[in-house]
Amino acid sequence: MEVTWRKDIDGALRDAKESGKPVLLDFSAAPM
Amino acid sequence: MQFITDNFIPARAHVKENQEAFGRFGAEWTPTILIVDGDAKEHHRIEGFLPADDFLAQLRLGLAHAARSRGQFADAEKRYRELSASDNDVAAESLYWAGVSKYKGTNDSSALGDTAKAFSERFTDSPWAKKSSVWKS
Repeated sequence: MEVTWRKDIDGALRDAKESGKPVLLDFSAAPM
Repeated sequence: MQFITDNFIPARAHVKENQEAFGRFGAEWTPTILIVDGDAKEHHRIEGFLPADDFLAQLRLGLAHAARSRGQFADAEKRYRELSASDNDVAAESLYWAGVSKYKGTNDSSALGDTAKAFSERFTDSPWAKKSSVWKS
């Protein structure tokens, strides 16, 4: 299963607040 | 990867696209992985590559830390105990935090003494055994 990584970090934080799930925030240099 | 989608909202900042986020969260190297809550409070940080099994153990540790930070001590203790019972790099650390979580959830100081005693039998050379040694009665 492929993980869909969001680029909108502030949106992810907002969703985290609503859902109670934490954000897994990946700082990457890998080719996108 | 099901574990990630089940337990987290995955987001990514690329070094060439989002330097603002690197500065905002203090990421100085890649890969750096943070587990943060909706208020951007950091609960766990992983710096550098890890093989899949070790990475998964770190994610589980981060979830336990997040539960502890929310004051969900029984849930946190359960997560830490599971990690401490398995053969992974976070087992000793998890045993330590399991004791802390039990103490914070019950206010029973024997939880700390029991943890120190457990460290006299397991992970005896770990830094976490040294940290718990102050709890010996």
